[in-house]
Amino acid sequence: MPKTLFEKVWDAHVVVEENDDTPAVLYIDLHLAHEVTSPQAFTVLAERGLPVRRIDRTLATMDHSTPTTPVSTLKDIDVVGPSAAAQIRKMIDNCKAFGIPLRDFDSDERGIVHIIGPELGATQPGKTIVCGDSHTSTHGAFGALAFGIGTTEVGHVLASQCLLQRKPKTMAVNIEGDLPNGVTPKDLILAIIGELGVDGGTGHVIEYRGKAIENMDMAGRMTICNMSIEAGARAGMIAPDDVTFDYLRGRKLAPSGDAFESAVAKWRQLKTDDGAMFDKTITIDASTLSPMVTFGTNPGMVTAIDKPLPDKPADGSWDRAFEYMQLQPNTPIAGTPVDVVFVGSCTNARLPDLKATADILKGRQVAHGVRMLVVPGSQQVKKEAESLGLDKVFMDAGAEWRESGCSMCLGMNGDTVASGSLSVSTSNRNFEGRQGIGARTVLASPATAAASAIAGCVADPRDFAGQREEQRP
Amino acid sequence: MSGFSQIRSHTAVLNRNDVDTDQIIPARFLTTTSRQGLGKSAFADWRYLDDGEEDPSFELNQPHNRGAEILVAGRNFGCGSSREHAPWSLTDFGFKAVISSEIADIFRSNSLKNGLVPVIVDKAMHERLLAQQHDVLIDLESRTIAIMENDEPIANASFEIDNFSRFCIMQGTDQLGFLLSQMPAIEAFERARGDYEQ
Repeated sequence: MPKTLFEKVWDAHVVVEENDDTPAVLYIDLHLAHEVTSPQAFTVLAERGLPVRRIDRTLATMDHSTPTTPVSTLKDIDVVGPSAAAQIRKMIDNCKAFGIPLRDFDSDERGIVHIIGPELGATQPGKTIVCGDSHTSTHGAFGALAFGIGTTEVGHVLASQCLLQRKPKTMAVNIEGDLPNGVTPKDLILAIIGELGVDGGTGHVIEYRGKAIENMDMAGRMTICNMSIEAGARAGMIAPDDVTFDYLRGRKLAPSGDAFESAVAKWRQLKTDDGAMFDKTITIDASTLSPMVTFGTNPGMVTAIDKPLPDKPADGSWDRAFEYMQLQPNTPIAGTPVDVVFVGSCTNARLPDLKATADILKGRQVAHGVRMLVVPGSQQVKKEAESLGLDKVFMDAGAEWRESGCSMCLGMNGDTVASGSLSVSTSNRNFEGRQGIGARTVLASPATAAASAIAGCVADPRDFAGQREEQRP
Repeated sequence: MSGFSQIRSHTAVLNRNDVDTDQIIPARFLTTTSRQGLGKSAFADWRYLDDGEEDPSFELNQPHNRGAEILVAGRNFGCGSSREHAPWSLTDFGFKAVISSEIADIFRSNSLKNGLVPVIVDKAMHERLLAQQHDVLIDLESRTIAIMENDEPIANASFEIDNFSRFCIMQGTDQLGFLLSQMPAIEAFERARGDYEQ
């Protein structure tokens, strides 16, 4: 029987089939651990005298509570506050006690867990990957089945390398046409979430398909899969192809030599068979899209930047969001004054994201009164960006250039947006208070964020790309 | 975690859609390394005023909603992050069940592991429960909820909960024991894959 990509990966990892009384036992190939959602799980293991069963399948780092200012001694972490610093120390202690290698502050492999997994080549097609973080869906860009879990399940994986799961449903998101110039993968995924709504994917694993996806680099595919959870889907997947294999070749934890070639031969089978059925299918026309931004307090409240905001629904369900955001229906969002611009997060802090930001910032200045923070996704990304001189572009423009981490996406480390301030952010969630109590978040692509930083208001990046061309001598 | 098979309580109604986990417990409270004592941080940004006093306009601060063990919430409750701190904070607050027409996947999975029963009802029942406070009986054995009046059910609905999660909640047992009992199958799976490679 023809199978979807999801079904192929699922079936290959079922240890015990599900039945009416018990869920399936699903084998997990790679467990990513970080400081926020693991301490209580380690406590359970310690209480029961259980070891971490497969240290070789556990990749640990610290990203959420960590400072984005330099850390040369452990004392430097205290800038994040006593509770966050204690959580970091707990992670160091737990990893030591259980024998897990930790990508710590002295490691140039530290970074946001969803950035370093792929970067190290640990993320591979066909793997099952979990992490106590909903944006684990990112790794689906490689044709892995990757999803976020709670802390109880973190404990399950640490102790058994397995999870108890019911098989989810499948959804195809077919992208027709090509993305127009100046429209990025972030704009596409925002448009998809706008179409599906924040609950449209609930219970489903999405597979993104179509030429626009095939033509996308891995960074773009990761941005797409990363935000699957914002449509309610546990996971998003993209069939691996030569773009995927070329990305992985030569990476530290990927197979090497002949082993790599034989892995590629297997990975090529990981695509949805002709005739395989999805439980649900939607189609999006990419060719008509503009740069997209959010205007409300969830990622489904999305608008094209060059259109007026929609009307409020009669049932009053958006009233609170408009009030919180201090925005008016039927008016354009472009031109709304901006206080903070954040380029970073597991959604958009890879090298191509930083290049897109620098392309617009180069030779320009961040508007007076706007604070711009650029936070690379990993120490590796930071190093590569610096070798290209991007750090200089950012700092010359008046932006802050930081160490890697989740930072202002959720403000756990003290990088927050002040109450009432409007932030244009390349992150993934515009929930009330997400970036700080009372902070107003507009989600956007790196290009839109950079354009807005220069303009001092929400701005269409296509205008700036054009100007820059004209300014060239 | 002690087991139970029934919950009988007045409901607290939070008639807002898409209540995300950042609202249930804001990220700044996630720096804890314990799962205890999070009830005071539940809905913190809605519940407290700037001076730290309770905001009397927030639904759950209103006297008639206090002491409820059943939360009735708008559509798509618990969307957003995987933080298990969300159900931890709700159970510590005193809730044993959440009723909605739709509950987000990860939150639902986390709730089932923490003795917080996620109950999904159809639109008509949901609207009825959102419209006003009720006395509600949730029965895990029969997988039903009933709106009670003078100790008599005046409306019933069934809901889905998988046998395994239901068993664990009724017994007050966690799921790890069962998973560890599968170890021979897990080891056989690894051997069959020739898997002890890094």
